[in-house]
Amino acid sequence: MTTLSVKDKDTVKAFWAKVSGNADEIGADAVARMLVVYPQTKTYFSHWKDQSPNSPAVRKHGVTVMLGIGEAVAKIDDLKAGLASLSELHAFTLRVDPANFKILSHCILVVMATMFPNEFTPEVHVSLDKFLASVALALSEKYR
Amino acid sequence: MVEWTDFERATIQDIFSKLEYEVVGPKALARCLVVYPWTQRYFGNFGNLYNAAAITGNPMVAKHGTTILHGLDRAVKNMDDIKNTYTELSVLHSEKLHVDPDNFKLLADCLTIVVAAQMGKAFTGEMQAAFQKFLAVVVTSLGRQYH
Repeated sequence: MTTLSVKDKDTVKAFWAKVSGNADEIGADAVARMLVVYPQTKTYFSHWKDQSPNSPAVRKHGVTVMLGIGEAVAKIDDLKAGLASLSELHAFTLRVDPANFKILSHCILVVMATMFPNEFTPEVHVSLDKFLASVALALSEKYR
Repeated sequence: MVEWTDFERATIQDIFSKLEYEVVGPKALARCLVVYPWTQRYFGNFGNLYNAAAITGNPMVAKHGTTILHGLDRAVKNMDDIKNTYTELSVLHSEKLHVDPDNFKLLADCLTIVVAAQMGKAFTGEMQAAFQKFLAVVVTSLGRQYH
């Protein structure tokens, strides 16, 4: 969908440097929010007994997702190659409908707004939105 | 007809009662024009929209952002009949302004982000769900008279 400009990459890396210390909290909130705001996403987690926002499974999954995002930031110059194994995981094992990447991306952006209202300027927003869309595209690579 | 729970009604009234329309409206519209630059197509006579700083400082953007929030206020005050409340506005956006209705969702997402930034942790998942449901009804109603 989109090529990340040098400015986009620098903006994402700079913002990530500021927020990555809170990665666990961001991830937990984003996943919890997704399950509440978009209940259809709960269908992927029917194996969890407790799907409530503060449950250990939700928090743990938030950590996992943000570790993936952090990996993507580190490999921002070649997301397709860098996220190849994660793409295989999502394509063949998890089989998450790619429409859900957009949903989770939106929730991540909302959490960034709540936690970093001053840093999450419109310029940061557009670069981060483009970055998350690129990550979603890279994750969809192996689907078909 | 849309069913609203007591929580959803209370949440929408509560959120909007705490918003300064002249602050939030301009911020939401400016963010939309920056994050989704193709939306600028509808504002050719707004002058300088060349970069984020110009957009954020543009007085016409600010004025229009406020207008939009006051338009939303109509739905806040008529939650049980948003569809009919917006009939004229829908015709306006279709026949006169020729706005692609997909753009309404983009602005709605930006408004959600601005409200989230303002409310911080108070903007819980449940409140986000209610807010987004409200905006989804608004967006659908605004698109209803298109043909």
